[in-house]
Amino acid sequence: MERVSTQMTAMEFDLAKTPLRDLNQFLHRELDVGDTRHVDVVNPDGAHNIAVGLDAPITVEVHGHAGYYAAGMNQHATVVIHGSAGTGVAENMMSGRVHVKGFASNGAGATAHGGLLVIDGDAGLRCGISLKGADIVVGGSVGSFSGFMAQAGRMVICGDAGDALGDSLYEAVIYIQGEVKSLGADAQFEPMTDADLGALGELLRQAGLDHDPAAFKRIASARTLYHWNADANQEY
Amino acid sequence: MDIKPVAFKRLSLEESATFDRATIDYIQKAAAHGLYEIRGLGAKRALPHFDDLLFLAGSLSRYPLEGYREKCVTKTVLGTRFAKKPIELATPITIAGMSFGALSANVKESLGRAATEIGTSTTTGDGGMTPEERNSSKTLVYQCLPSRYGFKPDDVRRADAIEVVIGQGAKPGGGGMLLGQKVNPRVAKMRTLPQGVDQRSACRHPDWTGPDDLAIKIQELREITDWEKPIYVKVGATRVFNDVKLAVHAGADVVVVDGMQGGTAATQTCYIEHIGIPTLAAVRQAVDALEDLNMKGKVQLIVSGGIRSGADVAKALAMGADAVAIGQGILFALGCNSETYIKDGQAISALGDYDAIGTAPGSCHHCHTGRCPVGVTTQDSVLEQRLQPDVGAKRIKNYLKTLTMELTTIARACGKQNVHHLEREDLVALTLEAAAMARVPLAGTSWIPGVGGR
Repeated sequence: MERVSTQMTAMEFDLAKTPLRDLNQFLHRELDVGDTRHVDVVNPDGAHNIAVGLDAPITVEVHGHAGYYAAGMNQHATVVIHGSAGTGVAENMMSGRVHVKGFASNGAGATAHGGLLVIDGDAGLRCGISLKGADIVVGGSVGSFSGFMAQAGRMVICGDAGDALGDSLYEAVIYIQGEVKSLGADAQFEPMTDADLGALGELLRQAGLDHDPAAFKRIASARTLYHWNADANQEY
Repeated sequence: MDIKPVAFKRLSLEESATFDRATIDYIQKAAAHGLYEIRGLGAKRALPHFDDLLFLAGSLSRYPLEGYREKCVTKTVLGTRFAKKPIELATPITIAGMSFGALSANVKESLGRAATEIGTSTTTGDGGMTPEERNSSKTLVYQCLPSRYGFKPDDVRRADAIEVVIGQGAKPGGGGMLLGQKVNPRVAKMRTLPQGVDQRSACRHPDWTGPDDLAIKIQELREITDWEKPIYVKVGATRVFNDVKLAVHAGADVVVVDGMQGGTAATQTCYIEHIGIPTLAAVRQAVDALEDLNMKGKVQLIVSGGIRSGADVAKALAMGADAVAIGQGILFALGCNSETYIKDGQAISALGDYDAIGTAPGSCHHCHTGRCPVGVTTQDSVLEQRLQPDVGAKRIKNYLKTLTMELTTIARACGKQNVHHLEREDLVALTLEAAAMARVPLAGTSWIPGVGGR
């Protein structure tokens, strides 16, 4: 196994030389007993499943592009991707922070229960699908069907959104600065309250962005699909 | 002169076969409400099934084993392909995935306790894992469903196996459904939903779509669990031959195939009765797929959908399954559709409660209402008390014990020292349909319709 200990508390994994399995095994097991709190991953070369299932307050920096499910199901850890991320980055995250410095593909932050996902660039289709309480801040635009069936949590979109934004939303809230190509079924624009402005300002601050919260619009559920009725015209 | 028309008494009261009373009632309900019917349990229509197969036991050409005296192994191992810790069970009869939400917490605890005592596994469902079922189950399979309600990495690590659910026999291609009556505060909290909302789950997974993506998803689950736990892939029976092959290609350790007789707690009736193929046809195709890939015995096959008796289990195994999963049979064992429930050791009539929801024991499929008269499929604080874990666990244990004894009885009669040695050659079919679907000869002939150009 090719591991280079750069200092007492840092470790570097070169995925060009070391199998992904060794990296994840180290992140799951050896961290419990060791004192490493910072891991650098070099030459990721789009590998799938980098740093999945983390469960400790450590920092992992990925120097390059990551494939599918980077930082999937993250708990407690901070994962920074100095590149772009494939499908399902930070999917089902419980807590911690995942920061994608480049772009993110489809299903970014899917079903995430907690923590913060920051994407500096654009995100693809279905960003924040079935969101369950996490916060997502996208510096750029998002693709169609973003926020689909999002149940709880907040999505901030600094750019534009594609079709069907927030389709079948439950209690999650979407803030968007740019244009919405179309809203999904049961999603509606709502006025921004002071509480919204405060919460949005805090999310932007955490993401390191200095947009004016007052330039954003709020989207939430009209709650017309919460119960069966014959007049909803097959939208469910 | 007064001419009376001729009275054709028989014709004037003749019912239509196409528009019979049930159909007329269905049309008039649709006209009145503008909504499709939703109900629980599985297909009620008659289908080719394991009843249409018979065993050829030992005689002069083969000899049987002594019942009771000669051993007959029932041990079953699942997940031997990649997992470091395969599942070892004392019987090939497992408990199918059923959610907390659909079932009460008492029922989930009963399932875990009985499964542990028998030495088999039980399975979570949509909505996550409850501490009751984790603590009571020695071997617990954790489902990863499209909704991911209550899906947590801690529970992934706590599970003994992970089952990626792509579809369910009662509704292949459909997502879960839990009507507002059953979304009580605890269920709502576990699923991160507003209390009382009519919950309709997604039908596709949020972060993968086709088999190539599924392969990466399975790898993610393996990485998270450090390659320890078996990964099952469950499909509702439709294009079974292709789906099983794709599941194997995607890296499944175990494939679960659920036929159209499989149950549900709430699904549109049009789904239950008109989508999917019967379990009998599904088993044949699943085994064909594994044999075609030379993966029989390497990837295990679990079959479910209308398994009721030890004979059904034996037939599924003879067809090539490694294990079965039972859902509805377990519910009936718990008292579903019984006239009574048990309180303080006494049987109390539930007839009035059946009547109140417009049904009767033997016909009830009202799981979707949450008003289960015997306390099985409910989240109501009063009704759920009607099935206590002690009573439930005992009943399921007896039921699973009976089935296992029936299974070994049949296996011994066929001369097998191990239930997994039952084979297709032990079977004949009673009907042309079953012979063609199961690809075994019609009883008393060597004719298998469709084989060898005949």
